[in-house]
Amino acid sequence: MKRFYFRTVFAGFLSVVLMVFLVSGNVFAADTIKLGVAGAHSGDLASYGLPTVKAAEFVVKDINAKGGVLGKQVELVVEDDVCKPEVATNTATKLVSQDVKFVIGHICSGATKSALGIYKDAKVTVISPSATNPELTQGGAYPNFYRTIASDDAQALLEVEFAINKLKVKKIAVLHDKGDYGKGLAEFAKKFVDESKKASVVLFEGVTPGAVDYSAVVQKIKQSGAEAVIFGGYHPEASSIVAQMRKKKMKTFFISDDGVKDATFIKVAGKYAEGVYATGPKDTSKNPMAVAANELHKKTHGADAGAFYLNGYAATQAILNAIQKAGSTDYDAVNKALKTQFVETPLGKIKFDKRGDAIGVGFSIYQVQKGNYVELK
Amino acid sequence: MDYFLELLLGGLTRGSIYALIALGYTMVYGIIELINFAHGEIYMIGAFTALIVASVLTMAGMTGLSVLILASVVAVIYSAAYGFTVEKIAYKPLRQAPRLSPLISAIGMSIFLQNYVLIAQTSDFLPFPSLIPELPFLEPYSHIIGPAEFFIVVTTAVVTIILTIFIKFTKVGKAMRATAQDRNMAMLTGVNVNRVISNTFIVGSALAAIGGVLIASHIGRINFYIGFIAGIKAFTAAVLGGIGSIPGAVLGGLVLGWTESFATGYVSSDYEDVFAFLLLVLILILRPAGLLGRSPIQKV
Repeated sequence: MKRFYFRTVFAGFLSVVLMVFLVSGNVFAADTIKLGVAGAHSGDLASYGLPTVKAAEFVVKDINAKGGVLGKQVELVVEDDVCKPEVATNTATKLVSQDVKFVIGHICSGATKSALGIYKDAKVTVISPSATNPELTQGGAYPNFYRTIASDDAQALLEVEFAINKLKVKKIAVLHDKGDYGKGLAEFAKKFVDESKKASVVLFEGVTPGAVDYSAVVQKIKQSGAEAVIFGGYHPEASSIVAQMRKKKMKTFFISDDGVKDATFIKVAGKYAEGVYATGPKDTSKNPMAVAANELHKKTHGADAGAFYLNGYAATQAILNAIQKAGSTDYDAVNKALKTQFVETPLGKIKFDKRGDAIGVGFSIYQVQKGNYVELK
Repeated sequence: MDYFLELLLGGLTRGSIYALIALGYTMVYGIIELINFAHGEIYMIGAFTALIVASVLTMAGMTGLSVLILASVVAVIYSAAYGFTVEKIAYKPLRQAPRLSPLISAIGMSIFLQNYVLIAQTSDFLPFPSLIPELPFLEPYSHIIGPAEFFIVVTTAVVTIILTIFIKFTKVGKAMRATAQDRNMAMLTGVNVNRVISNTFIVGSALAAIGGVLIASHIGRINFYIGFIAGIKAFTAAVLGGIGSIPGAVLGGLVLGWTESFATGYVSSDYEDVFAFLLLVLILILRPAGLLGRSPIQKV
């Protein structure tokens, strides 16, 4: 009891000291590095934005305690955009007017897009933990934009690259379940196969979800001579199609998405599931930094971290690391550092490609082996 | 040519599946002019019963054909009991009511049974064991037709023949036809109309259960919702063939199965349903009573 008392007092003392330290930093040393955190912090989608704020707070507190970046303390400037594009432009203007040069955010793709123009003109570097719209990086319009999450088409790209480079197939059948998710993925897959010029799409079709039988489609796959099937959709249709293919003694590779990377798929398809490939989010549960970051959140806030927490954590680490490595807060130098310097994060060791997507973040290929999904390295 | 044959066989299997369920729709409609929307759910319950029985028997160490037969028998009895009860609860009290009332009652029954299974069992898909044994003589043709497909086609053919004989020549069958033609007149000649209607529901539900066991073995997975989709297609098949006509239901099922199979094979599976229902519309414009249906004679 006595010890507990002592610890509480000590912790309180420490935090007071720390807070005084921070305040004094703000007041006396005008020379801080301002890091903006923008995103949905209130409203319906607040649960997507708040974990990133928490993550940024942890990282910044940690770095400031170690002496800051380039000898300067980091100061967080948190602004809410309620996930609305029309508010996000105001948020961006406000941050720019406060002389913020680096922003973690925004959270939603639409809001991010509307804010990016303002940041670009003001030469502000932006890292989003959660905006997945492919256009943001691939459009090439925003050289100041980075993200620590895989874009919507990353799964399709991974599937296609795996099929062409690892499985060495030349003819690919692309199927989908006519749904938003499945069809969107299939369309990206088709685009990537066509662009690769190393393989061709011999069949592109939507199947009817819930149909009593898929034998006609399966015959068509066979007729097309496809060596691999890329399926965009969910596990009920996937298990039916795979089972019918295997019953007809077809050895065609079957590659699908995280809608199929589900234990139910293996349970339902049984022995026919063996050898099926599916993409799924990279397993970070064993990453010691991820474990530590999650525990820190649980200890401080008494609950599990929410969506994009680790992505926000990684984004904050990446930008601060880039500033440190660049040796200045100069726009060009920091951008160069983001693309060249690896940084250890809870998502693994990452840096950014020339478009701004994080290398080493995102999805892995899994294969069903002996009734379990095994991550292929 | 091989491709054509494969599509033909695929369509035949699919059509037989529709036909097996459509028979129940058409029989009930023939007798009491009611579209029994709960029929698809009886099919689903048959599949669930077979799954439960088969799991228990497999755990008890039984294998092969005996599991299939025992599971089917239990499923048939159980589903027949459900069909009988549904009729007694939901349709019999409404026999003299306007025609819309039993229709609404049927839709309600369908929703009730779906949710009942959802709560009593699970919302997840469950794997359905392949109860149908491997057939050695089919092995060389396994790329075209599997044992499950073979069983479905043969069963549909056998069931159709038996049912036709049953209705044409047995006493119960004759009573059914009499009831279908004129319920009041049949009653006056001493036919127990209520029992005939119960019999129709029992036979129709038993057929649905057989369909449930075979089709679930073929697809390999079931959940509480399979009856709805299969039911809609089977109903379409029954209308296509001429609702109320037994050969019509089979023909309608086959035509629908082939249309879907060839539309997928030669055009695109994106338009599978489009072609199926386009055909339905065309046939109903040309022959409003369906392929083998007779236009109702106006009773004066």
